[in-house]
Amino acid sequence: MPGRPEQHEPVTLDTFLRGLWEENPVFVMLLGMCPVLAVTNSAINALAMGLASTFVLVASNSLVSLLRHYIPKQVRIATYIIIIATFVTMVDYAIQAISLDLYNALGAFIQLIVVNCMILGRAEAYASKQPLGATVVNGLGIGAGFTLALLSLGVVREVLGSGSLFGVSLFGENFQPWVVMILPPGGFFVLGTWLLIFAAFRLRKQRRTELGEVAQHER
Amino acid sequence: MIQEGTAQSPVSPALTRSMLRTLGLVATLSGLLVVLSYRITLPIIEENKRLAIERALFKVIPGAISRQDFMITDRGIELAQSDLQGTALYAGYGQDGRLKGVALEAAAAGYQDVIRILYGYDPYCQCIRGIEVLKMAETPGIGDKIAKDPVFQENFTALEARANATGDGLERAIVLVKQGEKSEAWQIDAISGATISSKAIARMLNDSAQRYVPLIQNNLAVMEPAS
Amino acid sequence: MSELRITTDLRSSPHLKQMVSVPQIMRNVVYALLPVCAWSVYAFGISVLLLLITTTLTCMLSEALFCRLSGKASSISDGSIAITGLLLALTLPPGFPLWMAAVAAFVAVGLGKALFGGLGYNVMNPALVGRAFVQAAFPVAITTWSPPFLPGRFSEVIPSTLTAPFMKPVPIGEWIEQRTVDGFSGATPLALQKFEQIITPWPDLLTGTIAGSAGETSALIILLGGIYLAVRRMLDWRLPVGVMLGAVIVSLPLWLLDASRYPDPLFVLLSGGLMLGAVFMATDMVASPVTPLGVWIYALFIGMLTVVIRLFGGLTEGVMYAILLGNAISPLISLVTQPKIFGEGRKP
Repeated sequence: MPGRPEQHEPVTLDTFLRGLWEENPVFVMLLGMCPVLAVTNSAINALAMGLASTFVLVASNSLVSLLRHYIPKQVRIATYIIIIATFVTMVDYAIQAISLDLYNALGAFIQLIVVNCMILGRAEAYASKQPLGATVVNGLGIGAGFTLALLSLGVVREVLGSGSLFGVSLFGENFQPWVVMILPPGGFFVLGTWLLIFAAFRLRKQRRTELGEVAQHER
Repeated sequence: MIQEGTAQSPVSPALTRSMLRTLGLVATLSGLLVVLSYRITLPIIEENKRLAIERALFKVIPGAISRQDFMITDRGIELAQSDLQGTALYAGYGQDGRLKGVALEAAAAGYQDVIRILYGYDPYCQCIRGIEVLKMAETPGIGDKIAKDPVFQENFTALEARANATGDGLERAIVLVKQGEKSEAWQIDAISGATISSKAIARMLNDSAQRYVPLIQNNLAVMEPAS
Repeated sequence: MSELRITTDLRSSPHLKQMVSVPQIMRNVVYALLPVCAWSVYAFGISVLLLLITTTLTCMLSEALFCRLSGKASSISDGSIAITGLLLALTLPPGFPLWMAAVAAFVAVGLGKALFGGLGYNVMNPALVGRAFVQAAFPVAITTWSPPFLPGRFSEVIPSTLTAPFMKPVPIGEWIEQRTVDGFSGATPLALQKFEQIITPWPDLLTGTIAGSAGETSALIILLGGIYLAVRRMLDWRLPVGVMLGAVIVSLPLWLLDASRYPDPLFVLLSGGLMLGAVFMATDMVASPVTPLGVWIYALFIGMLTVVIRLFGGLTEGVMYAILLGNAISPLISLVTQPKIFGEGRKP
């Protein structure tokens, strides 16, 4: 709404990097789990879904940011959803035009980008308060973090589940694929393992800083 | 919002106007973008779909290079038109313009979900010339062999499906046998370890052929180009 | 010892009334399992011996690793982990590649036990969690069977046993054909029944002259082990009895209705892993309900579900999933079958 003071933050490298690590939508915020589990059975699917979501995120949030002074807050969610749905429909057509096989592999999950709470969350929490530049940079960072997370699942699942990476066979004819990895349970197993690893890292770092503080105190 | 008091206070006309203005603007913009991208991508998507159908079609009808769509209706087989109701039938024609075979869709319940295939039928040798799995959710590594396993695909190079004398079914039903026991032209060798998926293929082929093969044989003239 | 306190806190299972310690129970379960293992090695040869050693060792190493990672005192010495290893091996096909068995053992301990907090906290039977994982991951290898009593089984291993890690199991069809006279089809009694309507005679099922998982073939020896444990009060007799009863309740009416389509109850009881599951798997103390009524519900549920999966599902064997599902609902069963506290009447 006009007249309200906005607190713009300066656009720094951190605006971008935050989405990759500190505020990673998948590994830290656990947002948008539906495509994370469903379409990461191969690296190429994961990459395509990540890029499609990034495009929708950046494009819709830019528009939200541009229109932010003209959207009455009573209808803001409806407006955001219309904007997001528009770009999702465009991506849907684009993927159909690029490759029908990819379109069939991703299935309903392209349309379901509309309800990816990561995108709506960014529009509400960031784009509606920040100018275009910061929104684009932040959106790209979040999108990159999302794509990275999808890829890290997709790569593990494809290597173990099909013995290949981006469709290129890695281990030859005799490799025994772990069928479960390309089935839905595999998504949960791999996501759980990644979360476990990240949690262990964070815990370790935390403990180390605490120990450091204690040591300083005693000195 | 409630603490700001907007929920209680009546919506002012100015606010209503601004909501209408914004939603109208956004909706117009949105419609414009969607139509634009639809217009741009439509020809490419249509071309993609045509290629996908033809790739499957020319695979199951060896030697075919062009196609014509027909419809199986209550009255027999007719040229496909948008207002006709019935089962789609694709005819494939060879280099010389002669009918090489027809392709139909068949479906049956597999291990996890319905399996849908396209199969090619050659009315001159009265046999099935190939199958292509269109949709399935069989277990990777086991059931999905029905789509890729070369030994299994070998079953469908000349699988007999001969119409019987009375014209209401097949002379000999298409049956599934255990792997390595195929001895007759109308038998399908099962994939060992994927009995249920193999059975589904045999069942859908038999059901579909029992129904449509006599019909196709009786309506060959419709599809054969006049020459 | 924390394990000891937990066992004495529980209320009404008979085997927990005495002040028995965890190692004591586990030792007795191992005694009951040893004849099953010995018979399995006798029937299938050194491949099974290697399988038993691999799973038990991997289970112990994984347990040590997870205990170390979580900063807990090592719980290897109480014997529970050895039982998980032995049980896991007994549920696998005799010629199962050792590297896959090691994966199963690691998953059993990691996913089945350590993630939930170790001994006493596992929601499901760890051995079955491991088996369920390899069943989903390697569906072909886990349904490749080899016949018992092959000549030379003590001097050579089944070729698939020694498959190189991460490689497809070596095919064993030809190898078996060279060693059997009557053209063994590699099918278990359950598969024969399901796909070819051939019922294996019950004496064969009892003595174990059939194909199947390493430890499930002889119903007789498993039963003897169960009776030993029940007599020593190391196992609640209601559990195995309830599972078998549940299986009969479903299969008997069906068999009476149409004997040509459905197998007789005796076949249902003795074939596949039902006995092994009823005696050694469903009885996992941590993952089964604690109240007597709850135990009955749980056991009947497993028995009935097993038969339903076998007869109406796509799989030939349903014991594993039935027990895992039973484990999953057992906290709920415990909750709704809590006995009334004495002196507390109905609420007015």
